[in-house]
Amino acid sequence: MPETSIKSRPVYGTLAPQPGTRHILLADGDGAAAIVDLARAAPPEFFERAHIITAPAAGAMAVRAPLRALAPAVLDETDRLAAALSRLAEVLAGAGMGTRLYVAGTEGTIGQAMQVALDAGVELGAIATEHRGSRARRVQCAHCKTFIDEVTTQPVACSGCGLMLFVRDHYSRRLAAFQGVCVDAEEPGSAPTPEEVFT
Amino acid sequence: MSAPSIAVRVSEVAAVTPLVKRFRLEPESGGRLPAFSGGAHIAVEMQDGAHRRRNAFSLMGSPSDTTGYVIGVRRHDNGRGGSRYMHERVTPGTMLRIAHPANLFPIDGRARKHLLLAGGIGITPLVAMAEQFARDGQPFELHYAARSPEHAAFADELLERFGPAVHTHFSAQGRRLACASLLAEQPLGTHLYVCGPETLMDEAFASARALGWPEQSLHRERFAAPARGLPFAVRLARSGRRVDVGADQSMLEALEAAGAPVASLCRGGACGQCETRVLACDGTLLHADHYLSAAERGAGGKVMPCVSRFAGRSLTLDL
Repeated sequence: MPETSIKSRPVYGTLAPQPGTRHILLADGDGAAAIVDLARAAPPEFFERAHIITAPAAGAMAVRAPLRALAPAVLDETDRLAAALSRLAEVLAGAGMGTRLYVAGTEGTIGQAMQVALDAGVELGAIATEHRGSRARRVQCAHCKTFIDEVTTQPVACSGCGLMLFVRDHYSRRLAAFQGVCVDAEEPGSAPTPEEVFT
Repeated sequence: MSAPSIAVRVSEVAAVTPLVKRFRLEPESGGRLPAFSGGAHIAVEMQDGAHRRRNAFSLMGSPSDTTGYVIGVRRHDNGRGGSRYMHERVTPGTMLRIAHPANLFPIDGRARKHLLLAGGIGITPLVAMAEQFARDGQPFELHYAARSPEHAAFADELLERFGPAVHTHFSAQGRRLACASLLAEQPLGTHLYVCGPETLMDEAFASARALGWPEQSLHRERFAAPARGLPFAVRLARSGRRVDVGADQSMLEALEAAGAPVASLCRGGACGQCETRVLACDGTLLHADHYLSAAERGAGGKVMPCVSRFAGRSLTLDL
């Protein structure tokens, strides 16, 4: 059941240094390499104004070492996405115009970091994103409003109400989630067998 | 097509500085004028002898008050005559026709803070914005740059009305507005609105971009009064007529005077409403608008008659 992609489907780019007075970079384990790639194009003083926040698997030494080697002004190493996001909110609470945000990793990481940033007043134009790693989606059930992380199948069973949900391309920046809609409402039990599609 | 024009009566004229007058316009038939938002402008029709002009002026009254519109007009003696007409011929009781308000310089209500930067008479749309922010309880700061206090029309009343939110910068007193340092200390979520001389607007935008402000947070007034120029003629392909454009007239005004009106809105090269197809051009189109892209100008197929002119042998428009 493919859905022709729609306007709200996020489009990601490639991280590149932007003019700015302060650079906040957030990456999960998959996204860390995008920061290392950005560093190749960055002017020498870029990391003197940089604050890197890393999440989950970035705890692995293989990912940590190259980020430490960039010698950012601040390096926050957290072990959970939730911790990284609350660190981001704290940092943005005291930030001013000229702050640029760079986010790299899975769609779930990017979406939730953007959600925090938009809440803090960061303009979309000041946020650069790069998708790395799995295509697993964060989905909100349109019926019981439960958020389901790391969704890889189409359709998916809601962990809240149990309905089989069709995962749409329809995306909410406010919720940082794709919309999941009951797929067999007309004929309960007729949902197709879930297939791994967001990998 | 545009909405019909509105008949208004000038109820008050005040000389604010030697060069700036304030006019209050009230509906001829009483009642209310159409609602508007901070940053909006109106076109005022002036019958100046054989010429009918329509000049755009920003509304500077409070958007909460629609019993009348307030405009501030700076006299430009080297201009095409519209501001001189307003200064010399318009008195309390004068009847005028105006177009419905339009806003090409709108407020972004998502901003956490609004930073307003005015240079000289560019203060006018920002006054209406300040009124709107004050009414809605939205944080704002107004910086007003002028040569001296005598050149800063409305500064005293702004200081009185909005107190510490208003900051003046007088270059003659050695206190020139320092865009870069002002922009460097703004909190996240600030939006910038600039109106004034092109040089001020360019400087503010360049400073903001260099500091890393994203485009969505930058706003500037784009319409500008059409400049005087050399007379020229245009040919209208559909009727085969020839229309002469005088030195003090815009092409749009000449077309209107000739009974071949073109739909228009800002009359200052910003909105794109009067875009007209060029069928033949033996000469040079003197584009003066902010609307057509470089590629469109290069292709030579379109012109904005509100501000752009022509030099050469012949110009044929799809009219």
